[in-house]
Amino acid sequence: MKSVLDLKPGETGVIQAFANDNDLKNKLIGMGCLPGENIRISKAAPLGCPIAIDIAGYELSLRKDEAACILIETDR
Amino acid sequence: MPEGIPIKQLQIALVGNPNSGKSTLFNALTGLNQKTGNYAGVTVDKYTGTSVFEAGGIPYQFSITDLPGIYSLFAKAPDEEVTAKALLEEVTETDVIVVVTDASNLKRNLLLSTQVLDLRRPTVVVLNMIDEAEKQGIFIDIASLQNDLGVEVIPVNSRQKQGIDALRQAIIKAGTSNVSFYDIKAASRFEEGKKGFKELLKLQFGTQAEALKLYESGDTLYRYNAIQYILTKSLKTPEQLRLKQLSARIDKVLTHRWWGYLIFLAVLTLIFQSIFTLSEIPMGWIEEGVIWTQQFLSGHLPRGEFSNLLINGVIAGIGGVVIFIPQIALLFLFIGILEDSGYMARVSFIMDRLMRPFGLNGKSVIPLMSGVACAVPSIMGTRTISNFKERLITILALPLISCSARLPVYTLIISVMIPENPHGSVFFNNKGFILLALYLMGFAAALLVAWISQKLIRQTSRSYFIMELPLYRKPQGKNLFILVYNKVRIFLFDAGKIILSISIVLWFLSSHGSDTFNTISQQQAKTETASNEQLLLEHSYAGQMGKFIEPVIKPLGFDWKIGIALLTSFAAREVFVGTMATIYNANDAENTDTIRDKISNEKDQISGAPVYNTAVCWSLLIFYAFAMQCMSTMAVVKRETGSWKWVFIQFLFMTVLAYGGAFSVYQLLS
Repeated sequence: MKSVLDLKPGETGVIQAFANDNDLKNKLIGMGCLPGENIRISKAAPLGCPIAIDIAGYELSLRKDEAACILIETDR
Repeated sequence: MPEGIPIKQLQIALVGNPNSGKSTLFNALTGLNQKTGNYAGVTVDKYTGTSVFEAGGIPYQFSITDLPGIYSLFAKAPDEEVTAKALLEEVTETDVIVVVTDASNLKRNLLLSTQVLDLRRPTVVVLNMIDEAEKQGIFIDIASLQNDLGVEVIPVNSRQKQGIDALRQAIIKAGTSNVSFYDIKAASRFEEGKKGFKELLKLQFGTQAEALKLYESGDTLYRYNAIQYILTKSLKTPEQLRLKQLSARIDKVLTHRWWGYLIFLAVLTLIFQSIFTLSEIPMGWIEEGVIWTQQFLSGHLPRGEFSNLLINGVIAGIGGVVIFIPQIALLFLFIGILEDSGYMARVSFIMDRLMRPFGLNGKSVIPLMSGVACAVPSIMGTRTISNFKERLITILALPLISCSARLPVYTLIISVMIPENPHGSVFFNNKGFILLALYLMGFAAALLVAWISQKLIRQTSRSYFIMELPLYRKPQGKNLFILVYNKVRIFLFDAGKIILSISIVLWFLSSHGSDTFNTISQQQAKTETASNEQLLLEHSYAGQMGKFIEPVIKPLGFDWKIGIALLTSFAAREVFVGTMATIYNANDAENTDTIRDKISNEKDQISGAPVYNTAVCWSLLIFYAFAMQCMSTMAVVKRETGSWKWVFIQFLFMTVLAYGGAFSVYQLLS
């Protein structure tokens, strides 16, 4: 399955699941990264990491390895 | 049109609110291929038309029915009944339902849309007159709306025929939503409701019509709740959109590869320059006020032990506390502005990658930067870092960041070291740069300690960096005022208490002494010569304590007077200034020059050279930059790490750094 890191600039994906890390999963869900939500990369920090994503109407910053745990689908 | 391939027929029903531009869309889809008829039994015109379209090599013919405009599938008038019946009862004839909505009035239009979606038929939602909506400043996140509705959402400008082809494509691929918008629990009170929303709606044409009316309002409210939630995510008001676009534009610069870091450095420079230059004015007033009070009291009070305590102990002590207020207020004002404006989060964002090699986290930057104000709240603030190792490293490194308690010490020593320069501009002077250098040195030492601790502390749990990047906002004056007020108040009453009491103890220690002190004092009184304060101080209790540690601090260029100040600063650094004030003011009520002038004029008794030369000043600065001289910090580190072990380790390496640094710089410069 694709992860957030596979998104091209401007492309939107839909969250499907989270890779096996329960702490991270709970943290992300608590911050509104729910399965079914749209997700888009809005920018990256100067050194390529962390990245910022647009989710549920706001912007969230996370590291690349964390973003890799968010599994998505593009094209419905 | 390819020959030989059978034309696929699709029955399409257009449904929408009155005034949603449905007829214009119908015209755009069918052109002149329209027929007008009548619905059986009612005087409502029936419009049908055809549209031919090819997709993926397959020809399609759409037979489109433009149903009368309605607001709800709970029909209230004959023409509404026509539409409701068409969708509920003759639905077998319809392949795809197209719900037309007025994009500029989405909330109300979505009520019908959600009802239609609950019919579980292949559906496409059209956002009609999307250009009008955008002109009114309404912007819709199509992907988000599509996601929440569970079907394709197509923006269309039917007047310009924009989006018509996309709509045709969507009709061919149309799917059924699997999202329920009705209150399933309430609906299941009806037998038909258990079968689905469509069966429930059919009740309006039968004997249970009245009962269904009771259900209707609940259903509508339930839907509007869901719609409200959907729209908060997908609908951008002009103000939100403007802020979002503005934030994105600001971020282009502030998180830029080069500009981001340059601006961060520039912001820090500006803050330190401002703190130094802007606080000078009110600090001058406070100094003058203290001197005026002391002179007034010494002129009006009878000479004696009590007056001496009041003037040189209490008033000098209070002055030593109040003098910090301008700097502390300014610093917290700036930190408040950075935090409230949303810039702090961007700093974490651009710094995370740089902090990681040091075992730190982008989130460590905020506590480290707040450490510039005070280590105590900053150490408590490290709780946002979820990983214990990263948090511990941040705590260990934090007290090396120059806090506001060091600021008065720096200010005093720098102004002794660099005399007034009448040509220096207000916002730009050497003093500011020395101050900045000291702060940067603190940061460098903190990073070094972090890097070393990272190698030494073993722990492998995962670290996270998940944090919101809020929209940029204008900081609220009221919030800033409350923040500054609270910080100043806490300083005055918590740190102030310690400083004042130590000032009084110091006054006692420096104006009283053992037998030698008393003999000298009596002799001077008898002979009525000008009192030799150096001699008196030297034989006071304080002088004796300073002399006791002098051999240890001699290699740093410190004499026993500085030794007294060092000893008292182990409770809290800021006591240094108060101690200096007391030491140089003690037994000398007449002479009320400012502390700075007194220290600058201090001469070596043997050689006559100034005691506070550049080497001593730098040595002092370095010592104060690195030494752990704060009981409150040690207490809070114990609380946050849960053991005295880390407090001890921290105290040890900071003392080594301070002594080693001061020793090196003194030996190098002298």
